[in-house]
Amino acid sequence: MLMNSAITIASVVLFLPLIGMIVLLFLREPADGHGNNNLKWTAFGFSVATLVATIVMWASFDPATPGLQFVQQMNWIPSVGISFYIGVDGISILLIVLTAFIMPVAILSSFRAHVIHERGREKLYYAFMLLLEFAMLGVFVAQDLFMFYIFWEVTLVPMYFLIGIWGAERRIYAAVKFFLYTMAGSILMLLAILYVGTQVGTFSVPDIIAAVQANPNLFPFAGIFSTQSFLFLGFLIAFAIKVPIWPLHSWLPDAHVQAPTAGSVILAGVLLKLGTYGIVRFCLPMFPDAAANWAPFVATLAVIGIIYGAWVSYAQTDVKKLVAYSSVSHLGFVVLGIFSLNQVGIQGAILQMVNHGISTGGLFLLVGMLYERRHTKDIAAYGGIWKVLPVFGGLSLVITLSSMGLPGLNGFVGEFTILLGAFGSQILGFVFTLFATLGVIMAAVYMLYMFNKVFMGEVTHEENKTLEKLHWQETTVLVAMIVVILWIGLQPAPFFGSMDSSVNHLVQTVSSAASSVALR
Amino acid sequence: MENYPQLVTLIVFIPLIGFVINLFFGARLGERWSGLIGSTASVLAFVVALLLWSYLINSGYESAVVNPPFLNGWITIASAKVDIPWQMRVDTLSVTMMLVVTGVGSLIHIYATGYMHGDPRFSRFFTYLNLFLVFMLILVTGNNFLMMFVGWEGVGLCSFLLIGFWFDKTKGVGWKNSNAARKAMIANRVGDFGILMAIFLMFWTFGTLDYFRPGEIANVHLAEEEHEAALVAAESGAASEGAPVAEGEHGEAAPAAEGEHSEAAPAAEGEHGEAAVPEVVFYNNDHIELRQLGVFGQAERMIEAKQEIDFGPFSLPIETVLVLITLFMLLGATGKSAQIPLFVWLPDAMAGPTPVSALIHAATMVTAGVYMMVRSNVFFYNAELTSLIVAIVGAATALMAGFVALGQWDIKKVLAYSTVSQLGFMVAAVGVGAYGAAMFHLVTHAFFKALLFLGSGSVIHGVEHGHHIAHERAGHGHGEHDAHHADGHGHDDHHEEEHEFDPQDMRNMGGLAKRMPLTYITYLIGTLALAGVWPLAGFWSKDEILADSWLAGIVDNKLAGFIAFAFLLVAAGFTAFYMWRQIEIVFFGKPRTDAADHAPESSPAMVIPLLVLGVLSLIGGFVMNVPSGAGIFAIFDLFNNWFGTHKFTEWLEHSVAHAHAADFQPLVAIISLVLALGAIGFARSIYGRGKSANVDTQPDPFENAVPNGAMAFRLANAKLYWDETYFRLFENPFNKLSVFLADTLDWRFWHDYFHETVIAKGFNGIASILSNPVDLGIIDGIVNGVGKLAQWVSGRMRLVQTGYVRTYAVTFLLGVVLIIVILLLPMVQQG
Repeated sequence: MLMNSAITIASVVLFLPLIGMIVLLFLREPADGHGNNNLKWTAFGFSVATLVATIVMWASFDPATPGLQFVQQMNWIPSVGISFYIGVDGISILLIVLTAFIMPVAILSSFRAHVIHERGREKLYYAFMLLLEFAMLGVFVAQDLFMFYIFWEVTLVPMYFLIGIWGAERRIYAAVKFFLYTMAGSILMLLAILYVGTQVGTFSVPDIIAAVQANPNLFPFAGIFSTQSFLFLGFLIAFAIKVPIWPLHSWLPDAHVQAPTAGSVILAGVLLKLGTYGIVRFCLPMFPDAAANWAPFVATLAVIGIIYGAWVSYAQTDVKKLVAYSSVSHLGFVVLGIFSLNQVGIQGAILQMVNHGISTGGLFLLVGMLYERRHTKDIAAYGGIWKVLPVFGGLSLVITLSSMGLPGLNGFVGEFTILLGAFGSQILGFVFTLFATLGVIMAAVYMLYMFNKVFMGEVTHEENKTLEKLHWQETTVLVAMIVVILWIGLQPAPFFGSMDSSVNHLVQTVSSAASSVALR
Repeated sequence: MENYPQLVTLIVFIPLIGFVINLFFGARLGERWSGLIGSTASVLAFVVALLLWSYLINSGYESAVVNPPFLNGWITIASAKVDIPWQMRVDTLSVTMMLVVTGVGSLIHIYATGYMHGDPRFSRFFTYLNLFLVFMLILVTGNNFLMMFVGWEGVGLCSFLLIGFWFDKTKGVGWKNSNAARKAMIANRVGDFGILMAIFLMFWTFGTLDYFRPGEIANVHLAEEEHEAALVAAESGAASEGAPVAEGEHGEAAPAAEGEHSEAAPAAEGEHGEAAVPEVVFYNNDHIELRQLGVFGQAERMIEAKQEIDFGPFSLPIETVLVLITLFMLLGATGKSAQIPLFVWLPDAMAGPTPVSALIHAATMVTAGVYMMVRSNVFFYNAELTSLIVAIVGAATALMAGFVALGQWDIKKVLAYSTVSQLGFMVAAVGVGAYGAAMFHLVTHAFFKALLFLGSGSVIHGVEHGHHIAHERAGHGHGEHDAHHADGHGHDDHHEEEHEFDPQDMRNMGGLAKRMPLTYITYLIGTLALAGVWPLAGFWSKDEILADSWLAGIVDNKLAGFIAFAFLLVAAGFTAFYMWRQIEIVFFGKPRTDAADHAPESSPAMVIPLLVLGVLSLIGGFVMNVPSGAGIFAIFDLFNNWFGTHKFTEWLEHSVAHAHAADFQPLVAIISLVLALGAIGFARSIYGRGKSANVDTQPDPFENAVPNGAMAFRLANAKLYWDETYFRLFENPFNKLSVFLADTLDWRFWHDYFHETVIAKGFNGIASILSNPVDLGIIDGIVNGVGKLAQWVSGRMRLVQTGYVRTYAVTFLLGVVLIIVILLLPMVQQG
């Protein structure tokens, strides 16, 4: 019965990290548990190779094609319509590039991490990193619901251990909470997936969407207590926990604060986007009526999240927690953009997923570097760092500004496009945009508060007067981030261009299938 | 000549190069090279601005739209027809701003090489200054609102960096500077919220953010008039002597008079110069479809058509939309141009080095709001409600800030409030529809306020050095002074002195006219110009605003005109008074401290810019823009014969459609002049002959000179309690709510209580029910093992929570089992 079994670049990208992990397992770990350069550089090498393969894939990606590219499909469990089905389109390509970019940064930033030297088990650490990369890429390329679900769950395992083994004081608690919280949502999604799969007779996402297109009453929608509504919510709750959409964010500060630096970078950089990506990929095209009808509600939560996250962020005394809460605010923008249900909003949302990965990932790197030097995350312990480490201060400023959406940097392009889309949305409009835009003011309030207290002012603590200068590896990762920040900020055309036709296709699909709401 | 507009790219790139060089190599280059590179970049940018100016003159004001190289478009979403490019505009308005920014900017760069001498981060200072130029020039050259916004926030960033330039000073001053920087950025962000909302509204109304599209002309009526005049001239010329020269209205009309109108031709560049045939010249926008026009062209047509704008969930008539757009813009302008209610950041911004105060917080950046409103004159002209509000805001700000300036002792604070007040004049001018006058005052104000700030910098510099000298002569602190310089901190570290000596406090000055003669002369010129004394620059520009307000009230019967006229007249009186008070306290009388007694004149690098600005403040007004009918004020049209009439307004009319020129109003001029001179005389009677307060002893002479003087002075001295009120109304509740949300709601209730107690305990119960029947021994063993592991690792966790980990582990395991079972089930069936 199937299909395209030829190996494409997409599966190269997908399996390279897995191969890397297996290779890593065969390397010998030195007796003292750390200090092995082979391990580090092998892991880094594979992540870079993945990045290179991803860039090759992006270069050969045809932006004019709305549908899937680099498709590979093979039988897995044909009796119930489950297949190994991967492919890439404009919605996923940028997130794959983001993942492939964040991983080498995260791995390189782990080389000098104190906690790994302290706790050892370096091999396991880097193996988990690559396994995590494999799983995350899997989520983005999977075109079969079942396969998607498996990758989705697999991402939890390495992250669980990364937090649990190399985390801070309350790591076990945070790891378990992270795991359970996500699992709880996933179970609802699993039920919805099973229902959809058995109903349509296949787990292939494009086929399901086509079936929904052909028969809008496949999952009948009649108000909030109908089949489609429940299915939509089944998916949405799982994704909402991952994002996290307010008020499901309670696991996030724990996970972020307890995770090691690289873990936080990946968590903010990629893992949270699995949720928003899932909404775009599954919730909108499979359940268009429900999406259109629930949009004002979800967008309201998003706007509350924008303001709430910013407000709570401002009161934090722990710099890592401050950044963690800022994610709640930033991802509120992304969700708002998605539920604008128009091209502008969704494209802005996808770009903002990338931007948030870079900016907030960058912020966590900064926090990590501070922590390595001072072993505290208390904002009050800093002050005047810019004077002591001028280069570090300058780089930090750029990343901070990117996060608060300074025009000319990446964050602005995403936020602006989202807000523009929300304003022009047939569903949301003026009031949503007005309140969401207040979040832009508040972003300045908490980001500048952080920058002020940490980097500016006089040096009041004696320990801060003699901080170690940046290592070249640290400078490299920050500069890499800043290059991307400037690139997207000044010339986002390649990014918008890559997703334009796919998003357009998606919006057409949603608006033609959504009988109850006319979309623009 | 036709490629001249392309140069506009350079005006941004040259300072950018200066920025990059100083950023990466500045510290290694040393003071001399670093300052030279920074200043050269600025001067070169000024040369480019001059070239663009000559281009406009020679091409008959043909505006041009330029796409910069390397940057292909910006935010482009093809499927949604969003296209916001990087695109620059050369027209009379943008070139005016370029000339001011780079011209005044260059002088201030040069001045700063002297002022910042000895500062350990000298090169960093020039890095920031060049970056500021980059953003300011992006702001004024952009051809769409989003590009303007890039510059808008960018200059805000530079302002932040420069206010906080001395963030590392000791004894709490560093923190004060840092907080002032943050305050500026946040206040501006509140305004930026307005700009963003205005942009969203504009985009969904017009489908574009471009001011004008290539080939479109800004002022259709002017072009029509000129077209007809040219036709007549061409005919009569042909009829009489066949003279090839057709005299256009503007004198500069090239041999081919028609060429002047070719700015409307579809191909904007390249058309003029050749003798164009009148028939094919487009002198209006009629050949362009509505959606092909920029926002202003569309707005005018939509008003004619009384269009309803559909925003999806609701629709509004175009007039209402314009009122909304302009109100949001006004919010933005109150932030950047320091108007009520957002002006509170500007006085604090004086924490920055004085050249910064001159460049950013007086001459250029703070005028961006006025520039934006003048640029959007079509909107404001058609939004009457907003215009009234704008006039009230501007006039009230002018009055309020003028009053507060009366009671300040810090030399820079007086100037800061004066700037707020003068910006109020400009904003009020926009409110009464006097866009030309607003721009005129913007330019002259840039001259004399930059002059005054630089002069105050020179004074502060002198007093600081005087303080050091006095200190040395007194015999102690000699070694300390040397250590001081070895430290590399130079003159600006006065706060590290053992005594509290504030070189910015005017009570520590006095008699400086003799010590610093050049600074004194130029400061005097600046003062008279600001006070509006004939024939200095401020007289002409301030008078034009007053005259326009007067006319708007009397002739057009607009409420805005009466309000603006009344408020601004009083504010003008305040202006003359507080400036002369300053002159008396700072320069006249006897030195009140040793520091003032030993203050030396500043170095040539600092004095020369003062002299140049002094000349500009002296003659800038009547050279640029003599009104018609000024009679004796124009020395019986002598000025008009020499410099032309309404030159500046007419120049602006090519890009500002509603920049109308008004006749001189002798009555208004006489009133305001008498008022200014009277206020100066009054100030002299109070503060003259050395009657000034000492730092800690006497009250200000004003307190005893007039009835209720003490109360008025203290109110002004306390800045009318704006900061305290804002703290109570906004800041404090915001902070408290923030702490409440974070600690109580989010953490104690949502995180700890709800998740730990409600959910976890609920889970516990269910899990124990589930796990008892499924107690298979093996699972139990594993669970216990995991539990013990967790117990071992989490030594510091409370006993209760070990219980949770057990529960969690059970669920974790159940989940895994579930997945495996589901995975295997289909296979079992298959088999």
